[in-house]
Amino acid sequence: MPSTLRNLHVVSNDEPAARQSTAGVVEKIKIQGLHKTYLTKTGRTVALQNVDLTIGGDEFIALVGPSGCGKSTLLRLVSALIKPSKGKIFMDGAPVTGPSHDVGIVFQQAVLLPWRNVLDNVLLPAEILGLDMKKAKERAHQLLELVGLKGFEMRGPHELSGGMQQRAAICRALIHNPSVLLMDEPFAALDALTREELGFELLRIWAVEKKTIIFVTHNISEAILLSDRVVAMSPRPGRISEIVEVDLPRPRTIDMEFTQQFKGYSDRVRAVIGH
Amino acid sequence: MSEQTIAPADDDFEDEVIEEASWLKESIAPLLTFAALLLIWEAVTFYFKLPGWLLPAPSAIAVAFVDWWQDLWFHTLVTLYETLVGFALSIALAVPLAVAVVYSPILRKSIYPILLAMQSVPKVAIAPLLALWIGFGALPKILVVFLVCFFPIIVATATGLASVPTPVMDLIRSLSANQLQTFIKIRFPTAMPHIFVGLKIAITFAVIGAVIGEFVGSESGLGYLILVSSSQARTPVAFSALLLLTVMSIILYYAIELIERIAVPWATRT
Repeated sequence: MPSTLRNLHVVSNDEPAARQSTAGVVEKIKIQGLHKTYLTKTGRTVALQNVDLTIGGDEFIALVGPSGCGKSTLLRLVSALIKPSKGKIFMDGAPVTGPSHDVGIVFQQAVLLPWRNVLDNVLLPAEILGLDMKKAKERAHQLLELVGLKGFEMRGPHELSGGMQQRAAICRALIHNPSVLLMDEPFAALDALTREELGFELLRIWAVEKKTIIFVTHNISEAILLSDRVVAMSPRPGRISEIVEVDLPRPRTIDMEFTQQFKGYSDRVRAVIGH
Repeated sequence: MSEQTIAPADDDFEDEVIEEASWLKESIAPLLTFAALLLIWEAVTFYFKLPGWLLPAPSAIAVAFVDWWQDLWFHTLVTLYETLVGFALSIALAVPLAVAVVYSPILRKSIYPILLAMQSVPKVAIAPLLALWIGFGALPKILVVFLVCFFPIIVATATGLASVPTPVMDLIRSLSANQLQTFIKIRFPTAMPHIFVGLKIAITFAVIGAVIGEFVGSESGLGYLILVSSSQARTPVAFSALLLLTVMSIILYYAIELIERIAVPWATRT
């Protein structure tokens, strides 16, 4: 298959250098005084405490932190799968009250439906949203080609490797052309090499498909390498402890990981999340 | 994970052929064992001069099978009819009820204890009551079949419907899918493999249920034939009927499995 044979530098070179400038210009998502608490038998658990965050249009934000820091909770709040206990989330200036069609979600597991082939899996959101299926099919083919899954449209998910399944899941999240892409540890279940490769692949997709991306991970290097800003969170109670602006030039390459600048970011993030 | 796993095969590759054991090869050992057992059986009855009414030789059973073919066939059809109608009735009621149970917590809380109580009552004990209430036709047997099949089907279906992975539910909810879409596109296909597990357990119970019904009181069916022929010391006929029951049960099981392979290919892939 084409994209896997392509080396990482070539993959990332497809990403235009100019894109950095658009990030953070328009206020896409605004999170204000967000709290999330759960009532359990043992008492009240504070999952998130007083989170404020403004995310620009087409910005790539990485949420990083140890388990239990509330990063996934924050993502679920933004996607309106759960409701905040206090505070507000605005998207394009309007308060978020329910799941928005302007959002695409990628989970840690690809969760492709085993009874559907790759193409039909990608088309699922279009079916549910009642979109024009002819157009959706065209777009699905374009997206599958973009992620290097051309020729695999009619295959069953079981015939795909973990990395390929996750590529298909990304296509599914993008099929209805949302402007926000929420990714909950999307590459955590993959092996290190595939993970790296898909990271750069994501940057390439991001270059073609302008999106605001919130990318949850517990991998500090991944967070720095991909994002415009790393939002470092600490647990108990989950809160934002520092926001690190990543000023690495784009397109990003794997050798940036070995620069002093990168190490500086990494040390800063590591210090605040206590790892 | 290797990305090469499904790379198109090049023509100049010499692929190693992983030989799949043929059906014949697979069956040879069990068939030989079975034949040996029959021979020993035959020899034992001959050597110890066992009377046919006590333990008939396989050859005597074969003779009875041929002599009684028409009766055996008639009774087989009766039992098959009771089994299939009861089984179908069970599916027709258990599956919708499972759907209702999954969507209504109140219903689940109120119905499950009753179901469990029903399942805990020995069906052999209910059969005479059914005969008392409804008489000796096919209906009481169908009802026993229905009762033994109902529990495995409803439990399997309800479990299946509730087994949608959390991320899939999140995905569906994030798209604001309505209940009908969720059921048709997600829940029901997810439940299908589970439902078939229930059906396969139920179908083996079903034949037993029909025989129990026939034992309690009837004028036809293989269960009736076994009861009557053993009481009249026509043991070879009873054995023939027993053989037919076993074969019927096995065929029905594999029929369900065949339907499963066609209906849920993603779950039965090996």
